[in-house]
Amino acid sequence: MKFMLMMNMPRGTGDYQINKWHPEAFKAHIQFMQDLNRDLVKTGEWVDGQGLTPPGQAQIVRCGPGGTAVVSDGPFAETKEFLAGYWIVAVEKPERAYEIAAKASSAPGPDGKPLVIPIEVRRVMDGLPSEG
Amino acid sequence: MTSSRTPGVEYLLRELTPQVLGALSRRYRDFGAAEDAVQEALLEAATQWPTEGLPENPGGWLFKTAFRRLTDLRRSDIARRRREEQVANELASEELLMSGDDEELDPEQDDTLVLLFMCSHPSLTATSAIALTLRAVGGLSTKEIGAAFFVPEATMAQRISRAKQLIKQSNVPFSLPSGEERSQRLDAVMHVLYLIFNEGYASSSGTELQRVDLSSEAIRLTRLLMAATPDMPEVAGLLALMLLTDARRAARSGPAGELIPLDEQDRGCWDRDLIQEGIELVWNAMKQGRVGPYQLQAAIAALHDEAASTEQTDWAQIHALYGLLERMGNNPMVTLSRAVATAMVEGPEAGLRLVDTITQDPKLQGHYRIDAVRAHLYERAGNQALALEHYRRAAERTASLPEKNYLLGKAACLARGEFDS
Repeated sequence: MKFMLMMNMPRGTGDYQINKWHPEAFKAHIQFMQDLNRDLVKTGEWVDGQGLTPPGQAQIVRCGPGGTAVVSDGPFAETKEFLAGYWIVAVEKPERAYEIAAKASSAPGPDGKPLVIPIEVRRVMDGLPSEG
Repeated sequence: MTSSRTPGVEYLLRELTPQVLGALSRRYRDFGAAEDAVQEALLEAATQWPTEGLPENPGGWLFKTAFRRLTDLRRSDIARRRREEQVANELASEELLMSGDDEELDPEQDDTLVLLFMCSHPSLTATSAIALTLRAVGGLSTKEIGAAFFVPEATMAQRISRAKQLIKQSNVPFSLPSGEERSQRLDAVMHVLYLIFNEGYASSSGTELQRVDLSSEAIRLTRLLMAATPDMPEVAGLLALMLLTDARRAARSGPAGELIPLDEQDRGCWDRDLIQEGIELVWNAMKQGRVGPYQLQAAIAALHDEAASTEQTDWAQIHALYGLLERMGNNPMVTLSRAVATAMVEGPEAGLRLVDTITQDPKLQGHYRIDAVRAHLYERAGNQALALEHYRRAAERTASLPEKNYLLGKAACLARGEFDS
């Protein structure tokens, strides 16, 4: 079964706060994420994982007259949290997805202590069920 | 079934894979390394044979090529270790390895069964066992297996190499287990093949023409297993179950991959040849008097496949077979299926009463199928409000997208009735 692990961050100023961290703390954080990703490939559970550009660069698109794209670039006052990045993992049971999410949540912050990032875990839907 | 390989050559290569790998593993007692070597030989054959023509003895060619690759692998491994720890006595094993160069592939010796047992080793998780079986016995490449499960090739490669490492650590000899262990391990092999078959449904959404067809592959592997275990009626039962289920493939989903349930399927699209073969297999198996769960499930599938419509289905017989299946193990999912048959024989209320007896079962807690079955039975009983409620709840809980859409469709139809009245 596959799960999507979504890392939500406070919207804040619209830029990632990590850019203002001390270089050592920044490096430790990036290293942590790289190790996590490498471990997931090693365990055969990695499907995909991406970091997204900061919310300040997000655009909202709606269809306009004649199907044209109407693009607006914020600010999105109604949104408190933004998706900063995600993983898709293939695991044997939900508990394992929670374990990976907890690991991701413990990524070190500016002071080296775990950030305790809230990670939203959603099951990816399957195809046809087996008959019978 | 696609790949860059030529179809005829592709098929031949995959047929030869277990023979060649079996012979190599048996002689050189290193399943993991032999498996890598065979994959390299397969790749070489796939590039050479279509342009240069088939060798006179394709199996022998593959064996020799794989043997050479294995020798290369072992040499570099020994060289590396020698650099690391100056192991002197490795020389002896190197000579041992080289002495086999003139040996031929013995077509009489079939190691398919040993390989299947290896790949379903108890130290492996189901997903690892599935991947290894498809590669080592099925002859599929890591890339093809990755694509079939929608995971990157690198992830699949890691799964396979971890699985081989675990097997190596467990020190199982390359031979058939005996006695009680053999029967337990055979159950594990059958379970892995059954999972591969089901995965073929779960991961297919109608448009993925570029992927290996896992259901067909499971059938092909189960045929190999049956040929190697002619005295095991459960294996025949498993093959029959797959054929009788696969026979309905063309009818079970619509053009957009939407789910079409059994009672709405166009039975004219069912594959009569598969049904015929499945029925013969299961009845012959059951005659041997050692009935097991796969035979019973196949017998139930056969009764569905033989019927011209839902109404003309022999529900009493199906009900009785589910009863037997229930007694073979504590599986509330079977009771849930029996409840549907009960409803067909004694009416929806009787079916609902049976569902009530298992709702507290921890194995079914929050499972969408309880709600789906209840919704169906309430609808049959004419209780639209409760049917609607349960269809919606089931739709929320299923992890299958086509099933969710189907359940929401049913709910929408009932809700429309609500608006009209």
